[in-house]
Amino acid sequence: MLNRKQPPPIQDAAGMELLLPPYEHFTLKNGTPVYTIEAGSQEVVQIELLFYAGLWYEDFPLQASTTNFLLKNGTRKKTSFQLNEQVEFYGAYLNRGCFNDVANITLHCLNKHLTALLPILSEVLTESVFPEDELAIYRNNQLQRLNINLKKCDFVANRLMDVYLYGEQHPYGRYSTAEAYETITREQLVAFYERYYVNGSCMIMVSGRLPADLRLQLEACFGDLPMKGKLPDERWHSLLPAQQHTYRIVNDEQGIQGAIRLARPAPNRKHPDFIGMQMLNDILGGYFSSRLMSNIREDKGYTYGIHSYLHSHLHEGSWHINTEVGRQFCEAAVTEINKELILLCEEKVSKEELDNVRNYMLGGLMGDLDGPFQIMARWKTYLLNELPEHYFDESIETIRAMTPQQLQDLSVRYLSPKAFYELVVI
Amino acid sequence: MIHFERFLLDNGLRVLVHEDHDTPMAVVNVMYDVGARDEHPDRTGFAHLFEHLMFGGSKNIPDYDEPMQRAGGENNAYTTNDLTNYYAQLPAKNIETAFWLESDRMLELAFTKKSLNVQRKVVCEEFKEHYLNKPYGDIWHRMRNMCYQVHPYKWMTIGQELSHVEKASMDEVQSFFYKHYRPVNAILVVAGAVKTEEVKHLVNKWFGGIPSGEKYIRQLPAEPVQTAPRHTDVHANVPANALIMAWHMDARLEPGYYAADLITEILGGGNSARLYQALVKEQKIFSALEVHHFGSTDKGLLALESRLVDGVNHNDARAALEMELIKLVNKGITSEELEKVKNKTESMIVFEDMSLTNRAASLAHYELLEDASLMNTELERYRRVTVDDIVSTGKNIFREENSNTMFYHAGKSSHA
Repeated sequence: MLNRKQPPPIQDAAGMELLLPPYEHFTLKNGTPVYTIEAGSQEVVQIELLFYAGLWYEDFPLQASTTNFLLKNGTRKKTSFQLNEQVEFYGAYLNRGCFNDVANITLHCLNKHLTALLPILSEVLTESVFPEDELAIYRNNQLQRLNINLKKCDFVANRLMDVYLYGEQHPYGRYSTAEAYETITREQLVAFYERYYVNGSCMIMVSGRLPADLRLQLEACFGDLPMKGKLPDERWHSLLPAQQHTYRIVNDEQGIQGAIRLARPAPNRKHPDFIGMQMLNDILGGYFSSRLMSNIREDKGYTYGIHSYLHSHLHEGSWHINTEVGRQFCEAAVTEINKELILLCEEKVSKEELDNVRNYMLGGLMGDLDGPFQIMARWKTYLLNELPEHYFDESIETIRAMTPQQLQDLSVRYLSPKAFYELVVI
Repeated sequence: MIHFERFLLDNGLRVLVHEDHDTPMAVVNVMYDVGARDEHPDRTGFAHLFEHLMFGGSKNIPDYDEPMQRAGGENNAYTTNDLTNYYAQLPAKNIETAFWLESDRMLELAFTKKSLNVQRKVVCEEFKEHYLNKPYGDIWHRMRNMCYQVHPYKWMTIGQELSHVEKASMDEVQSFFYKHYRPVNAILVVAGAVKTEEVKHLVNKWFGGIPSGEKYIRQLPAEPVQTAPRHTDVHANVPANALIMAWHMDARLEPGYYAADLITEILGGGNSARLYQALVKEQKIFSALEVHHFGSTDKGLLALESRLVDGVNHNDARAALEMELIKLVNKGITSEELEKVKNKTESMIVFEDMSLTNRAASLAHYELLEDASLMNTELERYRRVTVDDIVSTGKNIFREENSNTMFYHAGKSSHA
């Protein structure tokens, strides 16, 4: 007779072998570094060109994101439509993204089409023209989208929290305004493009099933361009964090939920505490059985979800707790969140809870390395943060060896409620 | 080519195994043949509420998540109008933990009062977060009610109204479970670093003893063919006018489905798609637009959701949109344009199949629809679509009497 109360034996994920496959590396004639991962069984390839062209580098609000968005909206030879049509004819995806520190342009395609598509990428990176008409359409549509977002309590809360943490003038704290959309000019985009893309610092990452002559193809498309490898960073921005720590805002009188945000400055990935902080974050609000989910969702039913996050930017970091809860539960939920923070500072986590989160994290790491793109994504984080090659292995060791005492020390260092900004937007 | 083997337990549970030894992981995916369309009109939102309750403990195991995490696993679930799917990914060496957990909750749930009380509240907050406390959040609630008169696609998976979920009783929860969550109504897919023989042994061990249950025979009212255009106006406190349209289209396995899917792509897939180019970029009438279809098992909807540039009125926007649809069905498309959307479909399928979790869910979904091997051959059905098919399917879909239109007006709300 099967005994269903008896769990089957398990192997600790902590004891399983975990390998991050290494990348290959070479440098193009112009100094641009290339990293490659050859893996996977599908005949696909992803190529990402990463530029130090994020918000950190802009002289005017929205300059970085608008330049990035309009990169593929017209070159000297092709209209926006022609560019997109050519890419889409091959069933490929040409995406771009702009972040706090970096910006990218990424191509995904079946590898049989790579040779036909690479020249489009280099065209976009050398001959984009940023037509006035494209800028006007983008401006109008973004203004409308901003007006809609400003009705949402979560959107408003996220913006305010970044301002409290970094200050309105800091690239990590700055937010989009109608005025900025109205005043951004084509000349500002062209200047940013010339400096941070055409003559900028680039890093190329290629993953998937790679053609044998990849290096030749990359040299032919990108090797003679004026862009180069990483340049010394000449920018610096000073922080201006808010003095006041507690805020209650009504954005929508009719609102039936409130967005609760707690956040504090925290070290970024380069800090030796970071891996321990990630473990502690999982315990606090990083997975389904976290303290916050167990209490505020699974016990009280105040919310559909509550999560905590570590944000690691290249120059700063922060620790966040986010949730949307029924309007009448907002204050009760804030009280419970603070209770959970205090509890982690005052009491050690049990060995069972620690083992649980340890196995969850290591199993998750194993699962995350599902395919070439995910492997490359991990290396990208390490490369951007200039972490040592054995960082992955060291992280695993740190996770395996973490003790309840170390977690409590980290809690005392980082999770004291008084260090957090606390905001509710209805 | 996705390889798999299939076997049937004596109690009717269908099992598919997809071996992939490039990964150290395994996925255990259980799909139940029940979705929001199987709910009683006075108890909508039930299939989805039930999905929440499936994490509230089972007969012999007080908590599902903790042992799963302890085994290095992650898991989640989703409910659609057609089906409910539960999946877990964990190191293959610990796969028996997933069988133990999944089989116990197929055997019998704990049905605790606490779990029901809390999850009712959680689902209400989910309802508020996604549909009530968000500009334009009520669009599909209203559209579904207009497009479907009798078929249960009338309501969204979250439910027709909050009160249905609030009133769910323990008796109803239990009878729902024993009606739908039985081996005979489920498909189990195991994928990853596993051996079929071992899976057979373990599946028999854990699932073999669960009572088969009665096969659920679905008898849903068919939606009558729409014979006149429908229209509704909504006034809400939002900053921009929106135009939403939906047309009835073929069911997931009917021949017209494939042409309709390609039409969706021709009109709205990507920045070179027709409507984006004509209406957003050239005519500057729409500020954002999206064309999609529901891919539903029964007859579905092809839909356009759009926002209008400030100052543009709904009638002008609709007229401009209709010009583009007329162009499509009168002038047809070039073979290059057709080739483009077929290429996109091919690459979409390849990219989707990269993840083990997706492969497992797709196998289960195709098996539920008809046969898992369709996963390997469906691209052929797309390849066979001709320019003429696009035109005739387009003509049939975009008939005036087949249309459902919503003018969503910016301004102050006209109701509480």
